[in-house]
Amino acid sequence: MAECHPVGFQWVMEAKARGATIIHVDPRFTRTSAMADLHVPLRAGSDIVFLGAIVNHVLSQDKYFRDYVVAYTNAASIVSDDYRDPEDLDGLFSGFDAENRQYDFHTWQYEGREVQAAAAQRDMEYEDRAVRTAGRGEAHGSGGARSGTARTDPTLQHPRCVFQILKRHFQRYTPEMVEQSCGVPPELFARVCDELTRNSGRDRTSAFCYAVGWTQHTVGVQYIRTAAILQALLGNIGRPGGGILALRGHASIQGSTDIPTLFNLLPGYIPMPYAHPDQDLAAFLAAEGTEKGYWANIGAYTTSLLRSWWGDAATADNDYCFDYLPRLTGSHSTYDTVQRQLAGECVGYFLLGENPAVGSGNAKMQRLGMANLDWLVVRDLTMIESATWWQNGPEIETGEMTTADLKTEVFFLPAAAHTEKNGSFTNTQRMLQWHHEAVKPPGEARSDLWFMYHLGRRIRAKLAGSTDDRDRPILDLTWSYPTEGAIEEPSAEAVLAEINGSDADGNPLSSYEQLKDDGSTRCGCWIYCGVRADGVNQAARRKPGREQSWVAPEWGWAWPANRRILYNRAAADPDGRPWSERKALVWWDADEQKWTGHDVPDFPPTKAPDYRPDDDARGPQALSGTDPFIMQDDGKAWLFVPAGLTDGPLPTHYEPQDSPFDNPLYGQQRNPAREVLPLRHPANRMQPSGSEPGAGVFPYVATTYRLTEHHTAGGMSRSLPYLAELQPEFFCEVSPELAAERGLEQLGWATIVSARGVIEARVLVTDRLTPLTVAGRTMHQIGLPYHWGPTGYSTGDAANELTSMSLDPNTHIQESKALACDIRAGRRPRGPARLALLHEYQRRAGITAETGTEI
Amino acid sequence: MTLFSHHPNDPAGSADPAGSVGSVGSADPAGAVGYGEHPPRMGFFTDTSVCIGCKACEVACKEWNAVPADALDLTGMSYDNTGGLGADNWRHVAFIEQRRPLGSARTGVSHDDVDVLALAEQGSGTPPEQAPMTPTSPPTDRPPQPDGRTELRWLMASDVCKHCTEAACLDVCPTGSLFRTEFGTVVVQEDICNGCGYCIPACPYGVIDQRKDDGRAWKCTMCYDRLGAGMEPACAKACPTDSIQYGPLDELRERADARLATLHDAGVDDARLYGRDPTDGVGGDGAFFLLLDEPETYGLPPDPIVTTRDLPSMWRRVGLAAGALAAAAVAAFVTTRRSR
Repeated sequence: MAECHPVGFQWVMEAKARGATIIHVDPRFTRTSAMADLHVPLRAGSDIVFLGAIVNHVLSQDKYFRDYVVAYTNAASIVSDDYRDPEDLDGLFSGFDAENRQYDFHTWQYEGREVQAAAAQRDMEYEDRAVRTAGRGEAHGSGGARSGTARTDPTLQHPRCVFQILKRHFQRYTPEMVEQSCGVPPELFARVCDELTRNSGRDRTSAFCYAVGWTQHTVGVQYIRTAAILQALLGNIGRPGGGILALRGHASIQGSTDIPTLFNLLPGYIPMPYAHPDQDLAAFLAAEGTEKGYWANIGAYTTSLLRSWWGDAATADNDYCFDYLPRLTGSHSTYDTVQRQLAGECVGYFLLGENPAVGSGNAKMQRLGMANLDWLVVRDLTMIESATWWQNGPEIETGEMTTADLKTEVFFLPAAAHTEKNGSFTNTQRMLQWHHEAVKPPGEARSDLWFMYHLGRRIRAKLAGSTDDRDRPILDLTWSYPTEGAIEEPSAEAVLAEINGSDADGNPLSSYEQLKDDGSTRCGCWIYCGVRADGVNQAARRKPGREQSWVAPEWGWAWPANRRILYNRAAADPDGRPWSERKALVWWDADEQKWTGHDVPDFPPTKAPDYRPDDDARGPQALSGTDPFIMQDDGKAWLFVPAGLTDGPLPTHYEPQDSPFDNPLYGQQRNPAREVLPLRHPANRMQPSGSEPGAGVFPYVATTYRLTEHHTAGGMSRSLPYLAELQPEFFCEVSPELAAERGLEQLGWATIVSARGVIEARVLVTDRLTPLTVAGRTMHQIGLPYHWGPTGYSTGDAANELTSMSLDPNTHIQESKALACDIRAGRRPRGPARLALLHEYQRRAGITAETGTEI
Repeated sequence: MTLFSHHPNDPAGSADPAGSVGSVGSADPAGAVGYGEHPPRMGFFTDTSVCIGCKACEVACKEWNAVPADALDLTGMSYDNTGGLGADNWRHVAFIEQRRPLGSARTGVSHDDVDVLALAEQGSGTPPEQAPMTPTSPPTDRPPQPDGRTELRWLMASDVCKHCTEAACLDVCPTGSLFRTEFGTVVVQEDICNGCGYCIPACPYGVIDQRKDDGRAWKCTMCYDRLGAGMEPACAKACPTDSIQYGPLDELRERADARLATLHDAGVDDARLYGRDPTDGVGGDGAFFLLLDEPETYGLPPDPIVTTRDLPSMWRRVGLAAGALAAAAVAAFVTTRRSR
């Protein structure tokens, strides 16, 4: 965190100054470790073993916060009799379809009631849900009754209750297994368990911070799930000082998932519809919404969105233009898009502030995909590698590409920086902060807003008068934003007003509670409703902290409803009293008959703790006064996930795609649902793992990361002399022991090889990388900052030449945080010899198209 | 606006803004050179125990002061690719990797009596004496590390011009380019410096440096052009953890003493202040430090002495020597004449 989020790290230092204990778990000793009380180096890719063993410790040593767990989690819920655990199936869950490498998740549901996910993959049960809801014919599959109440056992004794399933599932995640698999000594592990559990409970809370070190794995989502289980067991969610904080990779990445640049989401986490026969708005809402909780109001959110986008053209008669929305037919992630480029199906590509030729998994595949396009538009601050690969990419040097033969027409459009435009950032705390244009963008540089608005305007002008039905979605869009100045910059405030939403008379809304499903309200993103309450840009508020309460509600604006801590009903006990005075945040005021406190209560304001819903209640009314997780179908924190995840209801350790080790826990080596099969390509070969023949060719584990001095793929830092000089060259970090083993010299060169690529880096020998003893043998790890490419002041090979396109099946994110590789002294070969060395490695390891793609 | 426009009303009206050897030992260097009513002496306190090595100070300094970029050299000295202070680096973050126990907070301390919500109301400004624990107290029960090594320690420290009370650079400057400001800091005026270079060997810390392509001497001005406008220097402004603190030197010294006491109480015996003592060889520094190891570890001289301290006695000796030489010459002449 000190490395990648130094400004945010000031609050960690502040907490430390007030007595907080900082534990840093990372393969490397970083600038964060230097400030931590405890640094725990572990093998990259073994986190579920580590976290799972803490879960086991918490359960077996009775360290969980029992009152919280019983009342606020689904620990008591009883799971279907058909559920089988990896304990029973050697690493697989019940329902695995080996042919399609997908899970049928019906056996993961509760007994007596089928729930819908509040996030993630909500289309999984579309057919069951849509068909059943529509009352058409027999339901497919074996899903239970949709409505009703799931059976529970508040004593947590039932063998099929979540709590007992959890206990059994994690029983083999022991301190000995942590030592064997992670390389962490039992005493050090015990210390972590002790610190964490001692600092959790009624009077104390602990927070987890993570970044892409957790997400970039073939089991990335399940890493974070393990942390979620821990935090729910320890009562650290919805309370001050608790939570799981995702430290995002860029400024406003949170904003770009809220108002998404993701293929499978609409604004406010409404799922993008998949293609289904006869799917109308009602069927979509029935399938994707929940029965209980706020997602039951998905109709109001979706209708308001459609009205915001298509205005008066969206009417009740035409389903509010629901059919204007494109339909998904599968994954359209960035990696699937590369596959389609290579297949010639995707011929045009916009890159806005992204440098995949350096920053995405398997950079070569990215370039090969772009080289097969008809046209490519790159909008960035400088001429990044994704705009220049046709000129100076590695394939030009090896002779794999010849500039004159490339057919892609590349357009580079200079982009305005954040200081050159108005707009908002949304940080990981979900807080929007407005920024103002400080200077005009130079030359022809323009904001993304300008580009999108004028591109849309011109396309609409070209289509004007068209009678073709397929042009209606574009022609009917509300696309009239006021512009300012000579360059006709659209007003960002007007966009914010559209996002905030308005009532039938055009007055700004102040809360998503006002949204209606009858078409009378418009709202561009329901969770942002209220950001412009009273017509005032609430995100632009800058009242200093010292002039307001410690929650600082008047600095910026946090979604939803300016709540600073989500699910904060959980900060009070079931009776509505704070768990402790020390950790009081929100509580029930019996005299006033309402929720009150320091923060905005994340709960219906007058729903009493003793409220119990009628059997036929729906939506928020169907949750009781003790259900704090109001977005969930059952109002509980899910220790066990009955719906929404594609690779299992519980986190299970699988080895990384390319690993020098066998899975010590199960026969199942890798995540069986990971996405690797559709991505087969000669430039995306996988490696043998563990005890498979040839695995010894790649004996070391590499992990990629960022340095404070540079920005991700370098587009914002390698071009700036002041930053480039601070870390002027690509280097790798190795321990003195590995340096001795491979003859690497300080500041000399090393060549690093995987089945995908060969790169060279200067060598930094440092104690900050330490050998670990894993599975009884010494294991070395190699650190690879991934900022470099051939352009800018500071240049070097891209670490992502080594990484593969093997993906987490939930997020479609690549595994770049743990991969097996080899390292040798000296510079890499030049020209075609670079490829020859790669092929020699592939031959020695016996790599074929099938290697590593087994289930 | 010239730098001099910031000068306070000077009753003498014609005070030489440059210091002189005569100001040695003054607790009020600005007053000593003739400023009448003047602001308190301002300084830096750099608490290296909370430095996270982000180098924001280096970049902010270069941005504000338009200091040129330096060379693109990978030095191999941990993450330090700046190397040291010089004409083109007025802040420098040192990185020192040591196989020594990590300075860790002692855990297991009960905080039940701490009202965190009351603390939260203070915002980010927890006074050090109220900080119940410290970032760098060693734990008593050190867990083993995977390879049997002792834990690592990674020291980071942002170095800067010390703005000495007795500043030799200023003493030797023949043009008056180097001068003492009303804030008690030492600044080079780029439009007056003639590049004679006398100041460079005079600095006991090796801070001031000649720029290769223009020959003039450059160093930290403590952002003199910001101070007059009531703004803190760029590096202090950019520092996310308040490792670099700017303020009246008296206050900073108090704060540093309290911080040191806290660290010592917590068992960080190595913690020490550097440049805080007004009786040291340079009369104390306007920019001083809290270090976690010997100064030499950070590349700082252990016992700096103002290089012009001995000038008066040196000149006396030179005079004596010259007299003796002259006498000898006369004697030789006389002797020669006699021998003829």
